[in-house]
Amino acid sequence: MSGAPAIAGGPKPSPRAFLPVLGALVAWFALYGVLQPAATWLSRDLLRLEPETPLGNAVEFFAYEAPKVLMLLTLVVFGVGVVRSFFAPERTRAILAGRAESVGNVMAAGLGVVTPFCSCSAVPLFIGFLTAGIPLGVTFSFLISAPMVNEVALALLFALFGWRVAALYLGTGLAIAIVAGWVIGRLKLERHVEPWVYEMPVGGSGPASGALTWNERIQHGLEAVKDVVGRVWLYVLAGIVVGAGIHGWVPENFMASIMGKGAWWSVPLAVLIGVPMYSNAAGIIPVVHALLEKGAALGTVLAFMMSVIALSLPEMILLRKVLKPALIATFIGVVAAGIIIVGYVFNWLI
Amino acid sequence: MTRIQVLGSGCTRCNVLYQHAEQAAKELGLDYEIEKVTDITTIMGYGVMTTPALVVDGEIKLTGQVPSAEQLKAVLS
Repeated sequence: MSGAPAIAGGPKPSPRAFLPVLGALVAWFALYGVLQPAATWLSRDLLRLEPETPLGNAVEFFAYEAPKVLMLLTLVVFGVGVVRSFFAPERTRAILAGRAESVGNVMAAGLGVVTPFCSCSAVPLFIGFLTAGIPLGVTFSFLISAPMVNEVALALLFALFGWRVAALYLGTGLAIAIVAGWVIGRLKLERHVEPWVYEMPVGGSGPASGALTWNERIQHGLEAVKDVVGRVWLYVLAGIVVGAGIHGWVPENFMASIMGKGAWWSVPLAVLIGVPMYSNAAGIIPVVHALLEKGAALGTVLAFMMSVIALSLPEMILLRKVLKPALIATFIGVVAAGIIIVGYVFNWLI
Repeated sequence: MTRIQVLGSGCTRCNVLYQHAEQAAKELGLDYEIEKVTDITTIMGYGVMTTPALVVDGEIKLTGQVPSAEQLKAVLS
């Protein structure tokens, strides 16, 4: 998924481990192919709703989008779960330690995508990176990329907007993480890290990790599905219900005046509204998709999403333990500026 | 006496791991003591970067995972 170095795969995969996965994949694609006709049948024949009426549109939209999005989410989360079994944070740290800035920023942003990350471990991770001698700016590249470019956001963007928008999101998300981390590095803000962080004795080499078998990696993927999909499916469905409502009842071009290209102030405003909002990508993207259909501009909508996901208040509060307010403010400022630029560039390009 | 420690600064996943570990220890009939370690200095002292982590008798067994009580029995016994 990124240009991170390839890592030896441990024991040779046994073909038997892949058979159930292959079977599940075939079933997945077969099911995926009949979703649209099934949704049409459900809405028009079973429920006898007129197509092209608000209710008919909304029901058909939901019956197609909900299973489609959940299926894609499951597939992507599984794939990413398997990939992540190769990248423990300890390994990422070892790869990044001793890298010069610039190269380090690029690698950190890339590794941020494939390393398992939970904002609740942001603080130990931050300390672990700094005490291993990884520069502050490089550490930030990782901390920006990890939450922003996450598998749920990518899966949903892919499901609802297609691969182009998903790729744009991945590309610009990485770019923001690289540049923002580099800028923070250049600003020499090390004195704004709480001093005890650098004095912290870090013991042990962390957990011992042997090479995993392919069976264990597949198990990792399944656990990721159970954990992530189990956590977000309700938000996804809620988002799609709201989206279906917008789809059916809100008039065309309704959003054009508020979130369209013409309104220059819409991008910064979208970012500003996004910062205190703490939602996961899961709930926000289906709504955003529906808004876009009604005339909102893609750049504005992407800026809003990035702001919601990358700049979350709870994570800032956690990071306050290790960062002084000036550094947190710089962090928010630099990332927000990057997101606003991305928003304008998209509105201008597309 | 088995000494079980759950490292993590009070996130939901840490609490779940704590419950699962305690349940597993009980079901195994272990003579155990269990504690939550929320102090960041102690957590870093183990070299752990991903919470929650499970430490048994001073040895790191798991990081960043929340297995079921059933799976934890294999780790504890």
